[in-house]
Amino acid sequence: MKNPVMTASGTFGYGEEFSDFIDISRIGGIIVKGTTIKHREGNPYPRMAETPSGMLNAVGLQNKGVDYFIDHIYPRIKDTDTNILVNVSGSTIEDYVATAEKVGELDKIPAIELNISCPNVKEGGMAFGTSCESAAKVVSAVRKAYKKTLIVKLSPNVTNIAEIAMAVEGAGADSVSLINTIMGMAIDAEKRKPLLSTITGGLSGACVKPIALRMVWQVSNAVKIPVVGLGGIMNATDAIEFLLAGASAVEIGTANFIDPTVTIKVIDGINAYLDKHGFKSVKDIIGQLETK
Amino acid sequence: MRKYLLDLTVSGNEKLSGNYILMKLTSEERLPDMLPGQFAEVRVDNSPSTFLRRPISIHFVDRDANELWFLIQLVGDGTRKLAELKKGDIVNVMVPLGNSFTMPSLEQQELLLVGGGVGIAPMLMLGAALHNLGYEPTFLIGARTKKDLLQLDAFENYGKVYMTTEDASCGEKGFVTNHSILSQKKFDKIYTCGPTPMMKAVAAYAAKNNIDCEVSLENKMACGVGACICCVTDTTEGHKCVCSDGPVFNIKDLKWQI
Repeated sequence: MKNPVMTASGTFGYGEEFSDFIDISRIGGIIVKGTTIKHREGNPYPRMAETPSGMLNAVGLQNKGVDYFIDHIYPRIKDTDTNILVNVSGSTIEDYVATAEKVGELDKIPAIELNISCPNVKEGGMAFGTSCESAAKVVSAVRKAYKKTLIVKLSPNVTNIAEIAMAVEGAGADSVSLINTIMGMAIDAEKRKPLLSTITGGLSGACVKPIALRMVWQVSNAVKIPVVGLGGIMNATDAIEFLLAGASAVEIGTANFIDPTVTIKVIDGINAYLDKHGFKSVKDIIGQLETK
Repeated sequence: MRKYLLDLTVSGNEKLSGNYILMKLTSEERLPDMLPGQFAEVRVDNSPSTFLRRPISIHFVDRDANELWFLIQLVGDGTRKLAELKKGDIVNVMVPLGNSFTMPSLEQQELLLVGGGVGIAPMLMLGAALHNLGYEPTFLIGARTKKDLLQLDAFENYGKVYMTTEDASCGEKGFVTNHSILSQKKFDKIYTCGPTPMMKAVAAYAAKNNIDCEVSLENKMACGVGACICCVTDTTEGHKCVCSDGPVFNIKDLKWQI
C-alpha cells in the first residue's frame, strides 16, 4: 500500500464517482460497495436520516450481484493505480464462499473485506458477526476458498468485540477492520413515525469516533493480526488517533460525503504529522499510544 | 459532465417574501457549464446540527454576471445558516450534479413548466434555456399564498406566467391542476417540480392526456454523486439514485401509483 488510507465500503461507490474531485490513485486502497452473490434491491426509501454529527443509513446492501461486478464494473476500475478491494457480504455461508471464490479469480483484486457486520439486512450480515462461533464458522469457510488477503469487518453491536476479533483471527483472517455502523434509530415526533423505512439503521459519522477508537484500541491489544480502524474519521488528526490506538491502516467513510477530497487531505495530513514529529514512517506511530 | 468542488463567493443573499432567500454566488473563474435540472451540494459551515451538505437546485446561471443563483426555502438549521451569509462570504459547493431536463423533440412545441412552492427553482433556468432555443414556454406556478409566489418578474422574461394560490390571494384559487389554462390549451410536454402530491397530480394529468412529462425529485440524499445509494426512487428498472440517475425522471419510468 502506498499509504494507510482507504475508503470505506458503501461510501465511495466504485471510486469513479469521485474521480472528478481527486486523483483516486493517490488513495491507499478503495474498498468498493458491498457485493453479494445475487442482485439485491436493498431496502425501501427512506433509507437515510441525518443525526447530530452523523447519519443513519439502511441501504441494505443494494448491489447488482458479483457476476455483474465482474462483467461490467471490474473491467472499468481494475487498472486504477491503487488497491481495489471488494467488500463481500451474504445471507448464508455458501453465499459468502461463492462470492469470495468468484472475486478471488480477479487478478487485480488483492484482498476482500468480509462483511459479517451489516446491520441492515434481515438474514445473514450482522448475524454472523455477533457470536464467536458463527463468525469463526463463516471466516474458516471463506478462508478455505479464498487464498489472498482476507480482512474481516467487525460489528460494534456486540458485548465484547475483542472476543469476536480473536475468534476471527483463530479462523484464519489476515486482518480485521472495525467498526461497521452502530445500530440506531431516529423518529419524526410530529408525524410520530420512524425516519427510516426499516425503523432502525446504522449510525456513522463523527459521532461514532470515540466508540470506534475505543474498540480499535481493545482489539489491537487482543489480536496479533493487523487492525484496520474506521468510524467517524473526518480529518488527518482523527486518522492519526486510530493509528496511535493500534490501527495499521484506516478507512474513511461518511466524511467523503461532506468533503469529497477528504482522503487526500488525510494522506497529506498524516505525512505532515510524521515530518513534524520526526517519524520516518507510519509504522513508527502504529500503537504508540502512551498510556502511562 | 465534469463535476467541480468550488469555493464560491456570495455576491448577493436577498430575503424574499415569505420564508425564502435568493442567493447569488460568483467566482473569479468562469463558472462551469450547468444544465437545467441539475443541482449543487452546498456545505453548511458553523452549524453544529448540520452534518451533511444540502442539495440545492440550480435556479439560474447568469453568464453575464458570472453568477449562480439558488432559491432556497428556510426549513431547518442548515438553510437558516445559509440565509445568514453575507456578501463576500465563501460557500463550498459541489456542482453540477445529477442529470438534467431533456429538451423537447421536434414535434413538441407547446411546453408547460409547472412549479409548486420552492419547486419553481429549476424552472427558471429551464424556461430560459427553452426561450433561448426559440420556444415560448408556459409557466404555471402554484403556491399556498401570494407571499409564496416567487421570482414572477424573472419568469415573465421567458414566457407567459399563470398562477394559483390555495387561498385565492393571487391568480386562480386552488391547485395547479385546477387551473383553467389546462383546459384551454393543449400541451405537448410538461416539466414539473414541487411537492410530491403536486407532482403526482401533474403526472396523473399528463398520463391521462397522453402528454410526455418529466418530474424533478427531491429525495433525502447524502453523497450527491451516486456513491451511498441512499436517495433511491422506485423505477421500472429497480431502485435508482435521485442524485445521479435523476433528479429528473420521465413519469413513464417511475412506479408511481397515479
